[in-house]
Amino acid sequence: MASIARCLRSARPSGFSSLVKSSVSRPIAIRSFSVTSTNAIRKYTKEHEWIDLSADNKTGVIGISEYAAKALGDVVFVELPEASKKVKAGDAIGAVESVKSAADINAPISCKITAVNVLLEEKPGTINQVPEDDSHGGGWIAKVQVDEEGVKDLEALMDPEAYAEFTAAEGEGEDH
Amino acid sequence: MQTASRSATPASALRSAWRSSSLSLPSPPHTARRATAVLLSQRRALSLSQTSRPQLNAASHQQQQKLHAAPLFSKQTARNASSSSSSEALDKTPLYDLHLAHGAKMVPFGGFHMPVLYSGLSVSASHVFTREHSSIFDVSHMVQRLFTGAGAAAFLQRVTPSGAEALEPHRSTLSTLLQADGSGGIVDDTIITRLPDIHGCAQFYVVTNAACRDKDDAYFAAEMDKWNAEAGHETLQVEQEQLNGWGLVALQGPEAEAVLDHILDHTAKTDLKQLLFGQSLYSQVKLGHMRVSSPLLISRGGYTGEDGFEISIPASETVAVTEALLTAGPEKVQLAGLGARDSLRLEAGMCLYGHDLNDATTPAEAGLSWIIPKERRSADAGFYGADVIAKQLSPKSKGGSGVQTRRIGLIVDGAPAREGAEIVSRADGSAKIGTVTSGCPSPTLGKNIAMGYIQDGFHKAGTEVDVLVRGRPRKAVVTKMPFVPTKYWKGIAPA
Repeated sequence: MASIARCLRSARPSGFSSLVKSSVSRPIAIRSFSVTSTNAIRKYTKEHEWIDLSADNKTGVIGISEYAAKALGDVVFVELPEASKKVKAGDAIGAVESVKSAADINAPISCKITAVNVLLEEKPGTINQVPEDDSHGGGWIAKVQVDEEGVKDLEALMDPEAYAEFTAAEGEGEDH
Repeated sequence: MQTASRSATPASALRSAWRSSSLSLPSPPHTARRATAVLLSQRRALSLSQTSRPQLNAASHQQQQKLHAAPLFSKQTARNASSSSSSEALDKTPLYDLHLAHGAKMVPFGGFHMPVLYSGLSVSASHVFTREHSSIFDVSHMVQRLFTGAGAAAFLQRVTPSGAEALEPHRSTLSTLLQADGSGGIVDDTIITRLPDIHGCAQFYVVTNAACRDKDDAYFAAEMDKWNAEAGHETLQVEQEQLNGWGLVALQGPEAEAVLDHILDHTAKTDLKQLLFGQSLYSQVKLGHMRVSSPLLISRGGYTGEDGFEISIPASETVAVTEALLTAGPEKVQLAGLGARDSLRLEAGMCLYGHDLNDATTPAEAGLSWIIPKERRSADAGFYGADVIAKQLSPKSKGGSGVQTRRIGLIVDGAPAREGAEIVSRADGSAKIGTVTSGCPSPTLGKNIAMGYIQDGFHKAGTEVDVLVRGRPRKAVVTKMPFVPTKYWKGIAPA
């Protein structure tokens, strides 16, 4: 599927990374922690989704990264996941669309969707403003229930520091 | 001064080396052949590669999902792979450095590094700015060709359905290069402009898509060889030159006229109000520091549906002319990239070759029969595929063949439908009746617009269909194009 990562690779031209760097004054991942509950562990996929897992490993919140939101441009439509659906890591659960591109949102880990952020139907631009905010009014995509398999899937994901390095390297690779 | 002191990039300077000497000759455009080549241009610019368009039955559902979910620019980048190494082979337009200086995000497109958007202005903001003010688009990647010779008009009447012979000087027409096999398929779409005769010899300025450069070069080479070798054509020879390395700049939007007028060299008393849509003229423009450009071919038209101009500029002057246009100020004019250009042309209902048109599409299927003059709509009109196209132009009820499929516009509820999305019948058990070839959320309308091909019978405006987006049916209505009314300058309406 056309993951966010794939969309970014293609939507992002040679100079893209300089846009991100110049318009974001600090590393993205550091900023994103500030809106996260202190109990949660935030992890990122290479496909630019994030997931917060609760301290008891039972529930989580999913969204797309600030890096991805910036690269996609003005989000005008968000296709939300189906509530109560069980998905595996990597399954397409929804999509974000801007004028220039459409990107699938993939499940970062195996999980069951328990709630979706209906605010995004009315205000898809929230994704651009606060993509990593998992609170009411934020740009989070879905709330999920997690089982053991999901917790295991989490091991393959990146912590905020690793993700910041990953996106920086991705950007440089595209630069000329 | 004829020679601008600002130099273009080394690459483009090299490419245009043959021209630089002639540029220093202050020849009036209609007496010097090279200077006459200071031409006009046309619409379209975006054409992506000859990329595979999902054929009606060819792609599996999953592939289709992939295709329509793929971002607009993935097709171009796909051609150049995802590594940066391949970009070494890419060419630069004369405005490359200017783009970077203005914060452009560059993408590979049609063999060039092209700006897709500029920092500080998203695609939709740039789109809206163009509709409200004006934008400058670099379309120098497009191929500017000059056909001359006693046989030029007749030659063009063979390879296109246009009436080249009847075209008046400084008039342009949208046209299509047609397959030599007589199938009626479109090799490329193009704008043909007739220039004033030179030494009694006709001249045509023909702009084709960057992504079709190699294909078109081969097509023209073969067709000209064939034409020139035919018995009876000894005195009807045709020659072609390419203005490689030249700049081509489109200025589009309601403030375009004011922005251009501001820099026109008015010693020639050029009145832009007299220049109507589809017409062109030569004029010098003021470059600052008391310099003026060489005579530039300025044509009224474009690829956005707005009033606007396209300006063909020698490589050495392209930066200076663009900077002169920008002196109107950021509240009036901004640079815009391929992103906005694509959504603007889609709102205007214009085709993008490789997506909305391909080798198998005929002008009749593409809804382009209006580009064929009335007197050339017969089977014996003499252009490639005339018999096939003439039959298609006439419905079955009137003895023709009609068309099986035709290009239509759609407004789609909910999710935007992108290229490759299936159009299915709402009445007939969800049978597949067509495919979307371009689609995006319309920044002007706040609705999802798309164009595509649909089975004859479902093509009437108001027909309700479904479009599958990520496998889910979305309600869509066949809608007349353009989606946003065009604002071409056609003169002051009589009171």
